[in-house]
Amino acid sequence: MMITRLVNVAVRAIRRNKMRSSLTMLGIIIGVATVVAMVGIGEGASSTVQNQIAAMGDNVLMVMSGGWNRGGVRGGTGSRHTLTLEDVDAIRARAPSVALVAAMTRSSAQVVAGNLNWPTGIIGTTPDYFTIRDMRVTQGRLFTTAENNSASKVCVIGTTVAENLFPGSDPVGAIIRVKNLPFTVIGVLESKGSSPFGGDQDDTLIAPLLTVQRRITGSTTIHMIFCSALSRQDTPQASEQITTILRSMHRLEKSEDDDFFVRTQTDIASTAESVTGVMTMMLGSIAAVSLLVGGIGIMNIMLVSVTERTREIGIRMAVGARPRDILWQFLVEAIVLSLIGGVIGVALGYGICEAVSKIAGWSTLVTTQTIILAMGFASLVGVFFGFYPARKAARLDPIVALHYE
Amino acid sequence: MEPLIRLVSVSKVYQMGDIRIRALHSAGLDILPGEMVAVKGPSGSGKSTLMNILGCLDRPTSGQFFLNGRDVANFTADELARTRNQLIGFVFQGFNLLPRTSALENVELPLLYSGTPQKQARKLAVDALTRMGLAERIEHLPNQLSGGQQQRVAIARALVTHPKVILADEPTGNLDTLTSLEVMAVFQELNRNGITIILITHESDIALYARRVLSLRDGRISRDEAVAPRDAMIDLEEVRRQKKTEETDDDDH
Repeated sequence: MMITRLVNVAVRAIRRNKMRSSLTMLGIIIGVATVVAMVGIGEGASSTVQNQIAAMGDNVLMVMSGGWNRGGVRGGTGSRHTLTLEDVDAIRARAPSVALVAAMTRSSAQVVAGNLNWPTGIIGTTPDYFTIRDMRVTQGRLFTTAENNSASKVCVIGTTVAENLFPGSDPVGAIIRVKNLPFTVIGVLESKGSSPFGGDQDDTLIAPLLTVQRRITGSTTIHMIFCSALSRQDTPQASEQITTILRSMHRLEKSEDDDFFVRTQTDIASTAESVTGVMTMMLGSIAAVSLLVGGIGIMNIMLVSVTERTREIGIRMAVGARPRDILWQFLVEAIVLSLIGGVIGVALGYGICEAVSKIAGWSTLVTTQTIILAMGFASLVGVFFGFYPARKAARLDPIVALHYE
Repeated sequence: MEPLIRLVSVSKVYQMGDIRIRALHSAGLDILPGEMVAVKGPSGSGKSTLMNILGCLDRPTSGQFFLNGRDVANFTADELARTRNQLIGFVFQGFNLLPRTSALENVELPLLYSGTPQKQARKLAVDALTRMGLAERIEHLPNQLSGGQQQRVAIARALVTHPKVILADEPTGNLDTLTSLEVMAVFQELNRNGITIILITHESDIALYARRVLSLRDGRISRDEAVAPRDAMIDLEEVRRQKKTEETDDDDH
C-alpha cells in the first residue's frame, strides 16, 4: 500500500475514536512540551551567561596569587600573596600583547553615610581598571591617576551601595566613612547586574589603590592584576607573556610550579557553559523520561485498541489484508498519533517558554535543533512503542479475530 | 468443465491439549463455476471448518484443495490473503461491517488491499452499492441502516472485487423472514449472472433456494443432492401479499 493511503487509513481510524486518540496523544503532548520547555529554559540560561561574560569583556585576563607547596602540603589560590607592584610594572613594560594593566587589592568593611550603614566589598585599584572592565559612571566621574598617586580619599560606588546609603538622594559629593575615614563619593557606577555565578556586581565601593593600601588595609598586598589583551585573539599570547614575565620576576626555577594563576574570560566562559550545559542536559533528561512515559501510554492504549478492534482486524484480513498490511496500519497509526502529539507538544512547550519569560522573567531560547530533537524523539517513541501492538495485531488468526466478541 | 473448487480427501485436525479433534474427515468435493450450493448440518458437524478452508482463512491438515485450478493447501499467509482478496467474497451472519465507517468506505475496503487506485476504487464501490439498491445511502454509517441494508452493503463489499465465488456464512441468521427472502433473492440474482455461491446454513428453509445441497455430519459429507430451487422472488411477493392482507384485516377490526 502506498504511504499516502496508509496515512489516510490511520487518520480515519484516529478520527473515528477521538476520545481514545486524544488521550493517547496527551502523553506525547506532555512529554514533548516538557522537553521543549525544559531545554528552552536551559538554553536560555546558558545564552544569558554567555552574554554576561561577553559583557565583562572577552579580552580580559586576571592574574591571581598562587598557592604554595611546602613539603607536599598545598595551599589554594590566593593563600599566599606573591604579586607586587613591580610585577604590574614589568607586565606593563614587557608584555607586547597586553594593552592595559591594573593592580587590584580587596577588602571589606561596614561603610557609613549619615545614619545608614551597609557592608560592602572595597576595591583599591588604578583608573585603567575601569577601562579594562568596561565600567562607566551614570553620575559624577571616575577617579584619575593623579588622585591615585596622591592617595586622595575619593571613591566611586555601585548602585546597590548607592541605593542603601543614599535612598532618594544624590550620592555624588556626599561623604562615606570607611573604617572611620571620610571618603568623598565622586561617581556612581553603571549597573552591571549579577555575575554569571550569582554575585551582585553593583555591591561595591572602588577607591584609588594607594588610598586603600595606605589608609584602609595598611599593607602593600596586591590580590589580583587585571589586564586587557590587545584583542580577543591576542588573549592566549598575552597569557603566555604574563606567565613568562612573572616567572622571571619571581625567580622560579624550571622545576618549580607557577606561584600565580592567569585566568582568561574564555576559561570562565567555558566553565560557566559547562555548568549550564549540565543543567540543560539534566532538565532535558528529566523531560525525556516524561516522553518515555508518554510512549508507554501509547503502547498501552494501542494494545487496548488492538484488542478492541480485533473484529475489525479479522474483517480486514478476510477481505485480503496481509499480516504486513495490518502491521503497517497500526504502526503508521501510532506514528501519526505521536507526530500530531509532537506538533501540539512543540507548540505547547513554546508557549510555556514564552509564559516563563513573561512571568518569571527568565530568558528562554527554543532553537530549531530542540524542535527537531523533540519531534524526532516523538516519532521514535511512536515506532518503538507502536511496533509491539502492531505486531500483535498482525499475528492474529483471522478466524479467531472474525468471531471475537 | 474445470471445477472452480476441488477438495481431495481434505482433513482438518485440531489439537486441544491432549485431545485431537477431527473436524473434517477426508472430505472430497467438486463445485463447478456458476453453481449455487447450500452446506447444511447441525453445529459441530464441520460446517465452519469447511467454510474456513473454502474461504482460505485456514489451511487443511492434509489433502489437497484446488481453487480455480491451483492447489492452495500449502499457500503462505500472504498468498492466502491475496486469494481471499481476488477470488472470494465473504458475507457473514453478523454483517461484519466496520463500525463508524460509511457504507462506501466499507465497500472500498477490499480494493484498498488489491492496490486499486483511489478514484477507480470509489467508482467500483459506488457501482456495487448501486447494484444493491443503496445508491442513496452510500454515506450512511452501519448503525443508520436496517439489518437488510447492512447485509446488502456486506454483499456489495463481497462483490466489489468481482470474485469467482461468494461464501455466505449464515447470511440470514440475524434477519427476519421478509428480509431473509430479500437477501436470498439477491443471491439468486447474482447466481443467475454467473457468480458461484456457497451458502453455509443450519436453516433448512434457506437451503431450499440452492440448486445443490450438501449435508455434513460428524466431519463427513453425508449427502450431496441436486434439488429444484424455489424462487425467492416469488416467495417474497407471497409474503408481502400476506402481510398486506393482515394489515388490511387489522384495519377492519
